[in-house]
Amino acid sequence: MKFAIAVFSPGHAPSSRRALLFAQAALAGGHEIVRLFFYQDGVHSASANVVTPQDENDVAAQWRDFITTQRLDAVVCIAAALRRGVLNDEEANRYQRPAANLPTPWELSGLGQLHEAAQGADRLLCFGGD
Amino acid sequence: MAKSLLIISRQAPWSGPSAREALDIALAGGAFDLPLGMLFLDDGVFQLVARQQPALLQQKNLAANLQALPMFGVDELFAAASSLAERGLDSAGLSLPVAVLDDAGLAALIDRFDQVVTL
Repeated sequence: MKFAIAVFSPGHAPSSRRALLFAQAALAGGHEIVRLFFYQDGVHSASANVVTPQDENDVAAQWRDFITTQRLDAVVCIAAALRRGVLNDEEANRYQRPAANLPTPWELSGLGQLHEAAQGADRLLCFGGD
Repeated sequence: MAKSLLIISRQAPWSGPSAREALDIALAGGAFDLPLGMLFLDDGVFQLVARQQPALLQQKNLAANLQALPMFGVDELFAAASSLAERGLDSAGLSLPVAVLDDAGLAALIDRFDQVVTL
């Protein structure tokens, strides 16, 4: 089955962890993930500047490793990201901000990418709230 | 055939960016001519109250963006009767032409759409 997965909560929310565990289980079960789309506070998971205490689960890092290892298409909504200070080099330059914090493997793009993923998937799964 | 998507907006317009971000999903999909519906549920029905003065809260007005929904081809608009009643809102004076649904109607609505996003 083809899944589109949307994440609306930040890495420290249990729902973000559930999204990650679901995504890992989906691939392990032989399913396909057409795209991960990070929206609302979910964009914080893409920030390279999140520092999690050593004895806590670093979900942002786990997302990054998972996406890189599995070569997944991971899109961060540009409007939601700008509003929350998650910028790549191009946007940091455009808005003259002192630093960029959105490294690879993340891609900044628009909400059309969410619709495209939903249209191309058998199921759209959304993870938000707590 | 394109899959239909129901966007359920559950937050008040003054409670953070959620209402605007739910609306943005609808407007983006409308631009692609996708079959979309929007349901105002729980505190989301506060978005439909007419003659709001968000400037008093130093907030931007969401009303103009909401009015854009029909222009973007999103004309399947719904509100939950129970959410309106719980908040003492009259379905007559709302700022958008929404179909007001009882709980059974909500269940049928959610069932009718291929996909659902709740914000």
